[in-house]
Amino acid sequence: MKHARVVFEGNIQEGTEREGQLLLADGRLVDQDRVTWLPPFAPTVRPRTILALGLNYADHAKELEFKAPEEPLVFVKGQSTLIGHRQQTVRPAGVKFMHYECELVIVIGRTARNVRRDDAYDFIGGYTVANDYAIRDYLENWYRPNLRVKNRDTCTPIGPWLVDAKDIADPMGLSLRTKVNGQITQSGNTRDMIFDAPFLIEYFTRFMTLEPGDLILTGTPDGVVDCQPGDEIITEIDGVGSLVNHIAD
Amino acid sequence: MSFLPAGTVYGVLLNFQTEVDALAPQMADPPYKAPPKAPILFVKTANTWSLDGSDITIPIDVPAVEVGASIGMVIGADGAVQGYVLLNDVSIPHASFFRPPVKFKCVDGFLGVGPAARDAQGANPFDFKLEVRINGELKQTMAFAGTVRNAEQLLADVSEFMTLAPGDVLMLGSDLGRPLAEVGDRIEVSAPGFESLVNTLVGAAK
Repeated sequence: MKHARVVFEGNIQEGTEREGQLLLADGRLVDQDRVTWLPPFAPTVRPRTILALGLNYADHAKELEFKAPEEPLVFVKGQSTLIGHRQQTVRPAGVKFMHYECELVIVIGRTARNVRRDDAYDFIGGYTVANDYAIRDYLENWYRPNLRVKNRDTCTPIGPWLVDAKDIADPMGLSLRTKVNGQITQSGNTRDMIFDAPFLIEYFTRFMTLEPGDLILTGTPDGVVDCQPGDEIITEIDGVGSLVNHIAD
Repeated sequence: MSFLPAGTVYGVLLNFQTEVDALAPQMADPPYKAPPKAPILFVKTANTWSLDGSDITIPIDVPAVEVGASIGMVIGADGAVQGYVLLNDVSIPHASFFRPPVKFKCVDGFLGVGPAARDAQGANPFDFKLEVRINGELKQTMAFAGTVRNAEQLLADVSEFMTLAPGDVLMLGSDLGRPLAEVGDRIEVSAPGFESLVNTLVGAAK
């Protein structure tokens, strides 16, 4: 099932996808463009841990002139950077290079600590799509990628749906792509990750306990291009979702 | 009633002038290639939070950890600083600041959180002084008059790129001279006007 969290008629509501429309918890069926989309998960008791991978596709690592990492390059985001489907992301005035990053997101389903690779899928509750924007003008070689690049307000659209893990038969074989104003500018497949989902869950839970609702953004493949105000950016992953975002001044 | 952050906890690297001065000769060299411009932040994820009085478990293969005592600004409902809290930012020692320090700083239990936040009213962070004791012995004194960006400036420079939400905590940094501690050590962070923070390091089960 595909779950959403939206604002409709002034109230936050849960919903599920039903034949291209949205079935709200109160039983009404509404068009998807009549709601305001929020990140597709309920609030967590503790602030959500949001881990994100850099350079996790061999081709992207090459594009960025780095050799493939020997262990995951991971950074952390705060919850405040997340926004929903069909929202706007701000491009700061005067920057030269702001690019999208289409990423498969792992949503943790149950408390995970010292999980072995072979058991890792038991701890995944679902999947969604993130667009992990980066503004390269702000990159500094201190705790790189630094938070000024990766933790900006409005710069992590996520959604539209939280898709139950059982509905994704092979999460490590999903085609993904980004379209800028309708043109495909990025395409790849999750099978090309350097560190796959089971590896990442084993790696992180060796030293940190992950809780239900925690997120792992798994990195992006080759093909990032600059985005300008007015552009429509669609990051999509087959079977998971098509996340629409617009760039604003 | 113990204090626990309601939001994300952010730390800041190199916010004491002595730290900057010590690293300055290397800043132009790879991998850094330039001194930092904007505040360099990191996140202490919720799995790291340890209440005052609780044990902090040290992984088996880690002989000693660094004690990064600090004071955090607690953001209130209106976005302004509502209070301040003592923190013990435990790290696995690491020499390079090139990559985000997740595996060094986001280990379960690796942030001692003071028992209570003191009210921001009447507090001047420039005057804050804290002391770190290990097994009762004074190991470090830290005066926040030595920060590169004072509390107000740090908040302004961070807010330029990200809005701190109510409940978020932003640390003021931790000065050079951070002591090491090992299994069995009792770490106390104290400061005038604050309730002290005590944690004891214990070994992981084999």
